[in-house]
Order: sequence, then C-alpha cells, then structure tokens
Amino acid sequence: MNTLYFLVQQTMFFSIPLLIVALGGMFSERSGVVNIALEGIMIFGGFSGVLFINVAQNVWGMHGQGILLLALLAAAATGVIVSLAHAYAAINMKADQVISGTAINMLAPAFAIYVAREIRTVQQIPFTNEFRIESVPVLGKIPVLGGLLFQNTYITTYLGFLILAAAWVVLYQTKFGLRLRACGEHPQAADSVGVNVYRMRYAGVMLSGALGGIGGLVFVIPTSTEFNASVAGYGFLALAVLIFGQWKPWRILFAAFFFGLMKTIASAYSGIPLLAGLGIPSNIYKMVPYVVTLVVLAFTSKNSQAPRASGVPYDKGSR
Amino acid sequence: MKKPKKDFWGLLGGMSFLSSLMAIAVGLLVGFIILLISNPQQALLGFKAILLGGVSDMKNVGQVLYNATPIIMTGLSVGFANKTGLFNIGGPGQFIVGAYAAIYVGVNWTFLPGALHWMAALLAALLAGALWGLLPGLLKAYRNVNEVISCIMMNYIGMYLVNLLVRSTVYNQLKNESKAVAASATLPKMGLDKIFVAGASASSVNSSIFIAILAGIVVYVIVSKTRFGYELKACGFNSDASRYAGINEKRGVVASMMIAGALSGLGGALLYLGGAGKYISVVDTLAAEGFNGIPVALLGLNHPIGIIFAGIFIAYLTVGGFNMQLYDFVPQVIEIITAVIIYFSAFSLLLRGFLQQRRLRREEAALTAASAGGKEEEA
Repeated sequence: MNTLYFLVQQTMFFSIPLLIVALGGMFSERSGVVNIALEGIMIFGGFSGVLFINVAQNVWGMHGQGILLLALLAAAATGVIVSLAHAYAAINMKADQVISGTAINMLAPAFAIYVAREIRTVQQIPFTNEFRIESVPVLGKIPVLGGLLFQNTYITTYLGFLILAAAWVVLYQTKFGLRLRACGEHPQAADSVGVNVYRMRYAGVMLSGALGGIGGLVFVIPTSTEFNASVAGYGFLALAVLIFGQWKPWRILFAAFFFGLMKTIASAYSGIPLLAGLGIPSNIYKMVPYVVTLVVLAFTSKNSQAPRASGVPYDKGSR
Repeated sequence: MKKPKKDFWGLLGGMSFLSSLMAIAVGLLVGFIILLISNPQQALLGFKAILLGGVSDMKNVGQVLYNATPIIMTGLSVGFANKTGLFNIGGPGQFIVGAYAAIYVGVNWTFLPGALHWMAALLAALLAGALWGLLPGLLKAYRNVNEVISCIMMNYIGMYLVNLLVRSTVYNQLKNESKAVAASATLPKMGLDKIFVAGASASSVNSSIFIAILAGIVVYVIVSKTRFGYELKACGFNSDASRYAGINEKRGVVASMMIAGALSGLGGALLYLGGAGKYISVVDTLAAEGFNGIPVALLGLNHPIGIIFAGIFIAYLTVGGFNMQLYDFVPQVIEIITAVIIYFSAFSLLLRGFLQQRRLRREEAALTAASAGGKEEEA
C-alpha cells in the first residue's frame, strides 16, 4: 500500500506540470498558433519563479506558502512577456511559427544561465523547499484517499486541477472560448461575423505563455532544490501530451497522467519491488512515453482532431 | 525587349541574402548591448573578440573549421528536408545515433585494415542516421503524422537508446562516456594540424571539414542538377500539383527524410571520429549540434553552398565567444546572439515581400515608360 501511495504522489509531481503546460498549448493551438516555444517559456517561468523565491527567502527574509503563490504569479507574468515575442512574430509578422518558437527555445537556457551568472557568478539558483505539505489538515486523515491525494503534496497539485476545470469552462462554456476555437478552425468565418482574429490569437498565445511559465515553476519545485537553466525537455513532452490528448482538456488530463506515470516508473522503478525484479534498464522506461506517442500518432493522425487553421498565419486579404 | 539580368545580386539570392544580413546585424547589435549592460568598460574589447577572435591566429582559424563541420552537416540536413517542404527538427536524434554507430564500428571492427575502418564507420553513421530519418518520413507520408512532432519524439528515443547502447557495448565506466575509437577509425589529419597551429598547440581541425564540404556539393548537385532533386523540390512547392504531374510524392517525402537523417548522422560521425577527444557522455541531454543545424540552414537560405558559409559563420561566432571569455563575459552571449538572429530571420519573409514589391513596382513603372516611348516611335 505504501508503494502505491508513493507511486501516486510521485506521479503527481511529474504529471501536474505536463497538464498545466499542455493546457497552455491547447489555448494557443486552438486559437490557431502553434507554440513550439513551450519548452523555452517553461525555462523562463521556472527561472524567474525560482529567482523570486531565492530573493524572497534570502534577501527579504520571507517564509511560508505565500512566497510560492507570489512566485507563481512572477512565473506567469514572465511567460506572458516571452509569449508576446512569439505572438508578434506569428500573428503580426506572419512568420514561420516553428522558427520563432525555435528561437525562443534557444534563447531561454542561454538567457537563464547568462542572468544567473551575472548576478550570482554560478548558473544554478538554489532555493529552500519549504512548500511541501506533509498532510493536508482534515483531508489528509481520510483513509486511502488521504494517502493518495492529500499527503506529501504541494499546493501546485491542486492548482493544476483548478486550472484544468477553469480551462474546460473557459473553452466550452464562454463566449470567449467559442470565439477562440472559431479562430483556430476557420479564422475567415470568425472574422466575417466580427471576431477580431488577431486579438483572439494574442489571447490564446498569452494564455499559453502564462500557463507555460507556471508549469515551469511547478515542475522545478517538487523535483529539485535549485534551478539549472533546464526543464528536462518537459515543454516538448507537453506538446506530445497535447497531441496525445487531441487538443481536449479531459483527454489531456489522461495523457498527462499516463506520461507522468511512465516518468515516475523510469525514475523510481528500483524502489518498486515488482519492477526492480524484472531487471529492465531505466532507459527503456524513459523511452516508453515517446514510443507510445509515436504509435498513438500513427493510428490517430489520419483523422486527427487538430485545429484546422493551427500554424497558418491569418491574412485578412487572402481568400 | 531586354533580357532579365542575372547579375551578382541574383546569384546571392538577392533580397533573401539582404534579409539574412539584416538579421545578423540585429543579432550582433543585441549582443553588443548585452555586453554593454554586463560590463561597460570591457564591452568594446569583448565585442572585438567576438568579431575578430576567429581570425586572431591560425589555430583559431582551424578551430572555426573544426566547429563548423558538424553544424554544416546538420544544417545541410535541415536545408535538404526543407526543399521538400519538411521541417527536420530531428537533428539531435539522427546526429547521436550516427555518432554511436560510428563509435561502435570504430571501437569494435578493428579487423578492418587502415582507411577502410574509418570509411566503414562513416557508412555506419550514414545508415543509422538514415534509419532515424526514415521513420518520421514513413509516418508523414503514409500516416499523416506531423514530422515536427515525430522528430521530437525520435530525438528522445535516440538519446535514451544511445545511452543504453553505449552503456552496454562501448562503455568507459570510469568517465561515464563512450570508449575511445581505434586509431585506424580516427579521421586523417591530412596535415591540417601542421597548418592551423599557434605556437605549439595545434587546432583540432581534420579532414572531416573536407567531407562536410563535399557533402554540401553532393547535396547541391542532387537538388539542382538531377531529376530526383527536381521532383523533391516540386513536392515542396505544391504536393498536389506534383502528384497530378505523376510524381510519387509519398516516396519523395520518405527519401527526403532519409537523406536528411543520413546527413545529420554523418555529422555525428565526423565530430566523434575527429580524434579531438570527443566521447558520447551518458547524460540525458539532446545533442546541441542537431538543433544548431536549424539556424545554420536558415541563415544559409536552405542553399547547400549558403549553408557551408553559414556554418562557418556560426562557428566563427562560437570561437569568437571563446575568446570573449578572456574579458570575463559569459559564453552564452553567443547563443543569445544566435537566437536573436533566428528570431529576426523568421521575419525575413515579410521584409523580402516588402522589398520585392518595391522592385516590382519600379520595374513596372520602367516597363510602362519604355512601352510608352516605343509607341511614340511607331507613330
């Protein structure tokens, strides 16, 4: 039973950032802009968030969960600013969206290392992890469920679920969501009924920037005690989660947990008696999410549910 | 009627060349501003090191060529796929599986005599890279899978697979990296280490730069001078039209990705067989050389010869970046400059369109003026 608790708790740490970032990517792609820059945006978010925590803890002498919440805001703001660069290239300049995304992915680690070394001489930014919640009051005492969901956890886990619920409501239950989806499917039609395609696409990309930035910090907090200019390819993995999840919130949740579980097994299989006995090298487990994604793509892409106009710059004058 | 001029300007790709230059200028400007912010006193010296470090002595010139080799190969890979309208972001995976195949042959197949050994190693890399490009190609052609996503997946699969294989076949446990290849598998220096020296220290340059340049020429011939290359380009321009014209565009996609993969794979071999003390470290990091092919191809305007020069240019900046560290600047400044260059080269389309429109309008004006003049003469 303890192994199961451990497994579920660890899976949360890996899945929640994937969930948040993939939902960000969903907003961008459903508005019609491919955001391959998620990896870079996560790095920017993780960097600014951890830097904020570092300064708050050491310079301002702040403590408690409040720092984490403020750091999440900082990460989201940074993500939005970076995503604006992508939005400008993709929407106003009608540039190749993959290229400007690649540029941001290249810029992010270089920028993070550069700034860190300018202000601290080393590229790592450490922080004291005081955010782990041993057991949520009252809820943690529930048998079984308490152990699975409310012990050894972070507020970011619940934030992830909150974002999921909000994303579903925004996308399917609001006027904004309907317009956003229209811009990703058929921008000309949306424009003809008076929707400002450019503005909706900006909104989509900025949402993906905010969620990407938050996801970067959410990834770093439970899995490390320092930020070293990397989110270990989670941004690219989130892209896979997005496609695996067919651009739909609840399927993205499922995909994120599947990938998270695989990552957990890859990193912790030696602690699971059943798997340690099999003697399969960890690199095999690490490969599994990617192989499975390829297989799933091979079978689903023929009738893929990708937004029709995703990746195509919108030109008012074109027919 | 005057024949349209095919001048020097046209040879350079005209407007596109200009837009690349502008992207480079903006990138360098941003780099200079960053240097100014971090240390105003040393900024000029540091910037000078970036601009001139690559030619400060013969060793550095050699280092430029050495650093250019792998990224020319991955750049050719990206550029070639682009001719067929495909974006090959799978460079890191193709590069590392190629490197592994070369090292495996280089360490184990010592029964091969002399030069045959390194040739076999290069061939192995070519095949491994082609295999890694084949799968995204097949998925794209027959299952409609976006090649960007499948290439990203293949990058990680390649990285973990190579880590696994290095550990189980050619592992140097002490250093957590691959073993050194046999001397016969190391690429010949061809006397280059005698030319590109500074004092007693020779640069790492070796015959691999010639192989990279040769690869560029081969790609140029395939793309520009053969029917096969013409078909590939046709698929890139308009796949529906080429299918209507009887071109098997699915086969084109597969072939294009295979060749692109082979080029990246060969790049991996050229780096790790260079005899410069490079070994595959068993770490979970994608090969940077693979990604760096993207800016090289963009700057080289996807033209093989342009890519060779773009590769040398990026390597030149990199070597300049090493020299800049003398003045206590962080080497990442170079990566920031490169990223800015890519970002602005993404705008080049707009700039190109703008300039082209202006030229068209001018030519039209000249034409109407000329025809008006002609009518007067008739009358």
